[in-house]
Order: sequence, then C-alpha cells, then structure tokens
Amino acid sequence: MAHATGELAATGIEAYLDQHEHKTLLRFITCGSVDDGKSTLIGRLLYDSKLVFEDHLAALESDSKRVGTQGGDLDFALLVDGLAAEREQGITIDVAYRFFSTERRKFIVADTPGHEQYTRNMVTGASTTELAVILIDARRGVLTQTRRHSFLVSLLGIRHVVLAVNKLDLVGYSQATFDAIEADYREFASGIGLTDIVSIPISALRGDNITGPSESTPWYSGPSLIEHLETIEVADDLHAGPFRMPVQWVNRPNLDFRGFSGEIVGGAVHPGDPVRVLPSGRESTVARVVTYDGDLDEGIAGQSVTITLNDEIDVSRGDVLTAANDPAGVADQFQADIVWMSDDQMLPGRPYVLKLGTSTVGVTIASPKYKVNVNTLEHLAAKTLELNEIGVCNIGLDRPIAFDAYRDNRDMGGFIVIDRFTNNTVAAGMIHFALRRAQNVHWQAVDVDKAARARLKGQRPTLVWFTGLSGAGKSTIANLVEQKLHEQGFHTYLLDGDNLRHGLNKNLGFTDVDRVENIRRAAEVAKVMVDAGLIVLASFISPFRAERRLARDLLGDGEFVEVFVDAPLSVAEARDRKGLYAKARRGELVHFTGIDSPYEPPEAPEVHVDASGAVPAETSAELVIDHLRAAGLLRSPA
Amino acid sequence: MNTATQTHLQRLEAESIQILREAVAEAEKPVMLYSVGKDSSVMLHLAVKAFHPSPPPFPLLHVDTTWKFRAMYELRDKLTADLGAELLVYQNPECVEKGINPFDHGSSVHTDMWKTEGLKQALDHYGFDLAFGGARRDEEKSRAKERVFSIRTAQHRWDPKQQRPELWRLYNARKAHGESVRVFPLSNWTELDIWQYIHREEIPIVPLYLAATRPVVERDGMLIMVDDDRMRLKPGEEPQLKSVRFRTLGCYPLTGAIESEASTLPEIIQEMLLMTTSERQGRAIDHDQSASMERKKQEGYF
Repeated sequence: MAHATGELAATGIEAYLDQHEHKTLLRFITCGSVDDGKSTLIGRLLYDSKLVFEDHLAALESDSKRVGTQGGDLDFALLVDGLAAEREQGITIDVAYRFFSTERRKFIVADTPGHEQYTRNMVTGASTTELAVILIDARRGVLTQTRRHSFLVSLLGIRHVVLAVNKLDLVGYSQATFDAIEADYREFASGIGLTDIVSIPISALRGDNITGPSESTPWYSGPSLIEHLETIEVADDLHAGPFRMPVQWVNRPNLDFRGFSGEIVGGAVHPGDPVRVLPSGRESTVARVVTYDGDLDEGIAGQSVTITLNDEIDVSRGDVLTAANDPAGVADQFQADIVWMSDDQMLPGRPYVLKLGTSTVGVTIASPKYKVNVNTLEHLAAKTLELNEIGVCNIGLDRPIAFDAYRDNRDMGGFIVIDRFTNNTVAAGMIHFALRRAQNVHWQAVDVDKAARARLKGQRPTLVWFTGLSGAGKSTIANLVEQKLHEQGFHTYLLDGDNLRHGLNKNLGFTDVDRVENIRRAAEVAKVMVDAGLIVLASFISPFRAERRLARDLLGDGEFVEVFVDAPLSVAEARDRKGLYAKARRGELVHFTGIDSPYEPPEAPEVHVDASGAVPAETSAELVIDHLRAAGLLRSPA
Repeated sequence: MNTATQTHLQRLEAESIQILREAVAEAEKPVMLYSVGKDSSVMLHLAVKAFHPSPPPFPLLHVDTTWKFRAMYELRDKLTADLGAELLVYQNPECVEKGINPFDHGSSVHTDMWKTEGLKQALDHYGFDLAFGGARRDEEKSRAKERVFSIRTAQHRWDPKQQRPELWRLYNARKAHGESVRVFPLSNWTELDIWQYIHREEIPIVPLYLAATRPVVERDGMLIMVDDDRMRLKPGEEPQLKSVRFRTLGCYPLTGAIESEASTLPEIIQEMLLMTTSERQGRAIDHDQSASMERKKQEGYF
C-alpha cells in the first residue's frame, strides 16, 4: 500500500492518520461489459492507488501468463475476478465490492456485470451507490447495453454519472470520436432524466486520464477520473429532507430507560423536537439522542442513534419516527416500479412478504400496468414479470406502513419482496405514490353481521377446502359431505373449480399466473359466502401452498379446514374420469398438474384422507364430518 | 456534530451498528463469533456501541483449538470479564480426545477439525440461528462477493450460486428451519480502517500485534514463535530472540511473525502502509492454492 509513501515521508504518520481519519466516503458503481474493459479499469484503479500487494502482484503476473488476455502483459482484470468458476470463464458473475483510497477519499466500488441476464445484479449494486461510471468502448460507441445500464442507473435514483469513454488508444486518441460519443450519449441520457454527466476520455489499459492528465489527449482539459471522483460533491438531499428514523430495536436495559434504536435516514433531530410515530400517528417530543459516545445535540441522516421520548407511547420495530410538522405518508396500496429477480416468475395475487425500512408486511402484487423493455425503453403490455424484467405495478399490503416516494428518500421508498416459502428475495421495488382508493373506499359496516346470520342458521360458518390432484376424488367426497350436512339441516354450498371456470373464471387459463388468480377469486367468493353464514365446501386442485395459505388467511381463526385428498399420481391418472391425463400425456394439454405443472402437497392439513382407493369415499366423507364435529363447527354459536 | 458530512470511519461505524441491530432484531438466537483477533475486537466494540445502554444481547462464542497464543487467552478472559459478557468456549471433543495438533496432523487437518468442524458442532450444540463473523470483503478476492447476510444450509454450507440479492440497507434474514445466517458487520472495512478505528477508539488488542522481543524459530520461510513447551523443535532448531510482531493471530505454531520494531499503533499503521505483502500471507492455511478460501467457505469454514 505504498500510495502513502510520499505522504508519509512528507508529513509523518500522525499527520497522515489525522488526514486519513477525515477522509470522506464515495460509493460508486461501474457499468459496462467485460468487453468494455470494466474489470481492467477497476484493476487499474487499485493498481494505480498502489493497493496491490506484492504477493497479489506475483500471483497476477503468473496468472496473466497462464490465463491472461493481454499476451502475457499484466491483465488487470485478473485482480478483481474472484470466484473460481468465473475466473475460468473470464467473466464476473456477481456483484463484488472493491475498496481503494486516495489522499482525499475512500472509495467503495460496486463491480457489476454487464450481461443481459444479470440486470438483478446491477440493480443490487446500484442500490447502495451515489455515482455511476458508465464505460463505453470508443470503437463501438453508445450501445444497447449502454442505454440499459443508464436506464437502471436512473431507475435506482443515482443522480451523478461519469461517462468513461475507454480504449481511446485504439481509436488513435481521436477527439472527434470522443466528442461524437459524448453528444450521442447526452442526447439519450437527458431523455431519461440523467443530467449531471461528466465525460472523460480514458484508456484503462494504458492508464490515460486515470490518475492524472494524459499526454495523449492534449485536447482534453477536464479532470482525470480519480480527480473527478475525489472532488465531486455528492449533494446529499437526505440531510435537507425531513427527519425520518425507522425503529430497528427497542432498547430497554431497565425500567428507567426505554429508547428506540435506529439509523436516521432523513433530516436531523434534536432534543425537544416534536415527532410523530407512524403508522400509529401518536406524537411526543424527543428527550435525548443517545449514543455510546454521549448524547448528541443533533442527530443527522446517516447516524445510528437511540432516541428517547418525553411521553410513554407505544413504539415498536417497524414504526418510523418522523418530524411532526412534516411526517411521512401512511398507506397500504401503492404504485411502484418492480424489478423481478427470481427464476420463478411473478405471480400476481400471490401473497409475498415485503420489507421496507424495518417493517415487514404481507403483500400482493397486481398484474403489471406495463413492463419496460430496458433496451428500447418501450412500454409493453404484460400479465406478469419474469427474471430481470422491470414493470410498474400496483401493490397491496395487509396493513398500512409509513413511506415516502423513492425519489424523495431511498430508505423510505425502496423495498424488497420475499417469497414466503423459499425465503428468497425475489424482487426489488421503488414506490411512486400511494393509491388513493385505499383511503377513499371505506368498508361498509353493516348491522346484520356474520355472527347474526350464523345464529339464525344455527351453525358456524366454515370454509372446507378440498385440495388434491385431478381425479383424486375431491368433488366426489365434497358432494357426499354436502349431502350429509344438508340431511342434518345445515346450510351449505359446494363451490366447484370446474363449475367456476364456466363463469366467473372463464377468462382464465392454466398457466401458473392464471391458477393463482383462479384460486384468489374462488377464495374471495368463498369468503363472502362464509360471511353469509354458510358452510362452504370448495373443491379445487389448488396446487400451490401459497394460494391455499391466501385462502386460509382470508378467513377468521378456525374458519378454514384444509382437506388433503391424497391419491398417488399413478392412481389418479389410472382413473382419469375426464380423459385429461391422456390428453396431457399426448401433449394436447399443457400446464397439467402432476404432469408438467407441480403439485405442492399440504404440510399440515386439518384432514388427510387416503384416496388411493383403499378407503371408500363414503368413509372419507365421514372422516371430514367427524373433524368438523370434533372442532365444534357443527354447533350453533354461543 | 455540526457538519452534514460524516467521515468514512463514522459512516462505516453507523453502517455496522445498523447491521448488528437489524440482525439481532430478526434472529431468534444470535451469537457473536469471537476469535480474540483485531477484527473481533472491533466487532465487539461496535456491538457494545450498537446496544448501549443495554449490554449486547447475545453471547460470545470462541471456537477454541487449545493452540492459540497464551496472550490471546489472557485478553479474552480479561475483556469478557470487564464487559460482563457471556463467553462460550467450544472445543471439538473429538479433537480433544485424539489430541489433534499441528505437528502430528498437519495444518490442514488441524484447522479443519478444530475450527471448521468445531464451529459447525458449536452452532448445532447451542442451536444458534445467526452468527456474527468479523470477515471483511477486502481480505481476499472471493470474499469481495460475500453478502452481509449469508444463508447457510442445515449442513452449514455456503452456495455461491444461491446468494440473495442484497439491496439498499434491507437485509433478508428469513430462513427455513435448520438453516442459519452468517452476518458480517465489518464487510466494508479495510485493514487500514480497522487499525485506524482501534487507534481512534483505544480498543484493547492482544499485545502480540505490537513488536517486542520474542523467541522464534524460522521454519518454511515463516517466523514461528515458541509460545509454550508444546512447540516441537526440529533437530538443530534453536529459538532466537527477535523483535517481531504479528499481523494476524491464530494457532501459534501456524502463524508467522514479521520482524519489526513497530511497538505503537501509529508505528504499525505506518509499517502496514509501507508494507508490500497482504495480510493473509502470514497464515499457513491460505497457501494451498489460489481458490482455497472459496473452497473452505463452501465447506463451512467461516
């Protein structure tokens, strides 16, 4: 790390330490493909700031000879390519973070790939950065991928862009080439809202205009790349914005201290400031801004603190402390950009988990209003989003949260979406605005309620949900159960999947997306019927756990009874009453459950009936009735 | 603070505290892996800050090999006593029974059995679902891509292809039963940042990091300190007194010292700035081959 040698000799270690301690931090992302020389540029930045140790350098020299692409010369790209598999392939396949520092600043570089299938990695890398370096190969000019990277930079709210026109040595350091590329790029960039652009002609391989002016570009009088990165003011609007602090953890060491720990993500806070706690809306004033190093007179955005209030009000993780005179919004429905990051496509209507700030809530995403072709920026109609697709969607939460628009505050408007079953992060989102309808469409309270209707019928309204493969015998058993209940004087209704598809659901097919919507509608209809006081028997293949869970969550505690009609595929297929398996096997039916579409068996059904043929349907129906009786569902409510 | 600009160390500190709090809030039974090294010391200091005035709401776990430097055990016991922290020491019983040591079994078996296996056993034994580790992204190339929150299978394996995207400061700590999360609050710190912070915050460190006259033998190009009488000297080997210090600390027979006169923190920072070999070079375990760290990580080494 000999970059410090000169400084050390000049100033001595104490002065150096003092200087280093006062350096600021800049996080930036580099966008471009391997072909643009991105890894070479980062390797060069590390090399030129003397951050490459001798043992790494020795490894670099031998690697350069072995697998290098520079004919035995130092291949800087090898300094930064990390995982073994990608080193063999010569490509970066994930986000990697690199560190270097100069006399003025410390830098954290998000190194992200430029390949089409890795949009998710670039979005990930961009989310934490303040500036983007967009690399262009001078021989090729503004390409489709340049536009794609720039769009993502703009989408993620990065305001500062450096256009690094690389490989200028290969076009004879031509000013005309550089000027043409810059003009071309600026015209495009202004159209997507990128305005703070500095263009620099460089050669990462040769080191031109990286740390200082290059003799090869006498016509260029602007800063070198490092000079620019060292000095650019990354205007931090967060500090000027209103106070925001999502509560991470309630700090309660003893009965005398109750503090709320979190990182301030907007504005500033002082003892005495009035604050409003969202979403509850309760107000108090700040008593202390506590840190280990002593109380602060002022806490600012970027600091991790613990705040105590003057009133004992209920505050917990997920709440946000906000300026009382400029509070954040509270809503449960939004329009947002969604970047889909999972191999499994987005399923509109499926319940996912959303994390924004420190709040974690249930979310469903509606079909996109449109998706964006990231290459042409065209808006396209879409029913869903696939991996690496970006769309604008309405989302609905299961309870209201505090938020700001993403463009006003990244931490208050950026969220991730998590799959409930795999627990993977499947999407990132950015809030545009809250939808008004949530606030304006009020729930109509009615005087005759579910309990009243149920009393009149002398029964407990319940949804009995039969799930299983086609041909397992769901409808047969459900029919028998209904007959028996009817004979005993209960008010019932049998909702059958096939029958609903003739009417309410006739516009739906059998893709995963449509299956989810099919079940969502069925569950909503069943819910209304349960509300009407009925015992509803629903017979649906309903192959996915998530949607059965959705149906369960729509109902009250104990109102949902899942019956797994369990027949092995071979048995169900052998029955094939409707001839559907035969068609599916012939390829005439696609997305057929059990054949080319999965069935996820229930993990803990209330009733598990053996439908392999060993047990008569009559017995299975009795088993269901026994369960309903044992659970107290066939009695009049108290 | 009156200016709106935080220094890089202030930003790193605030970020680490945010990570520590987020992990604790989302975990059922967290633990901090504590190795007594400088990174561990910084991580522990940050934890004290993060939860102040409460004590850190988790125990410290030292996966012990019985072959650490004596000075490490001394600092460990003093520091945890001073902080009133709960310290769990785990030694792989199979290693204790078989007397696994670097001399008879070699560095690879020794490290694998005591550390890698020991860590897995300890996590299973106590049922921790989240473990803080002091790894930094600047240590080694493959670590540059490690997430802050990293999911491990029930077998504690790390799959580089199954990492979750990590956006903004939103960490996804959800996991299936049996899986666990490793959390690295120091991900974005460099070695220089660590030293600078130790200096600024006056964090106690093992004195071995500072130069002093110590008995060493030269072996395979490394200066090995004769820390106790278990050290087996080869014929003709005679411990020499030299002024040495250590850049990393581990099992004493496997940890190389460097000759140095730097006996204060500014002096070692100065020496480090002028130094031209990377930190991990002093560790015998990294030398096998260039992708070795990645392989170890997949197998469950931290």
